[in-house]
Amino acid sequence: MDEKIRSILTEHGRFPVDVAGIEDNEDLFEAGMTSHASVNVMLALEDEFDLEFPESMLRKSTFETVAAIRSALVELAAS
Amino acid sequence: MSSGTSIRVGADIVKVAQVSDSIASFGERYLRRIYTEHEIASCAGPPSVTSAGLAARFAAKEATLKVLRPSEHRPDWRSMEVLRHPEGWCSMSLSGLAAELATRAGIGELAVSLTHEEGIAAAVVVALCNDEEVPGQPREPHERDLASNGVG
Repeated sequence: MDEKIRSILTEHGRFPVDVAGIEDNEDLFEAGMTSHASVNVMLALEDEFDLEFPESMLRKSTFETVAAIRSALVELAAS
Repeated sequence: MSSGTSIRVGADIVKVAQVSDSIASFGERYLRRIYTEHEIASCAGPPSVTSAGLAARFAAKEATLKVLRPSEHRPDWRSMEVLRHPEGWCSMSLSGLAAELATRAGIGELAVSLTHEEGIAAAVVVALCNDEEVPGQPREPHERDLASNGVG
């Protein structure tokens, strides 16, 4: 799962730095991901994992770190 | 500024090419998650015109978030709608959680200005806040309150 998340972040996150160098708990917005890019990341995650983020999860913290994204995907997959 | 009122300002910029890329990658899903029917219709035209208009509207939504200052849940993008009036000027209409946040902050109306040039779209949103307590609504702490409490 982490590999797919990082692949999506690389393709859609528009980071000015190498995503491989971003720690699991490092703030993705501080690392350079814009709000608009986070929308693309969300849509790409939905495509990849065949799910849809409900409105209740549409908060900045959901996409703030790799670890947070992983937790959100695990939660959605279990629901 | 007279006592009892304050001003909040939000601004944001978006690269038009990023919106073009999003439309190319995600099509209708991207459009329907972010923009209202009215906003999409307002930006109808050649692809470059559509992308520029939508980029300006995304910037306006982001600028509005900076004014509303959500602490936890972020309002649905579509609950912050840029209305284009027949004369060409725009206003910002809020609904749902966005409207609730505005009420809590004592914001009655938002003024919005959009622009785009050379591949960049930008928006500025200004809100006049009534700092008096709204009945039934917890009032947010104001900068003056924080200063008087020795914070900041």
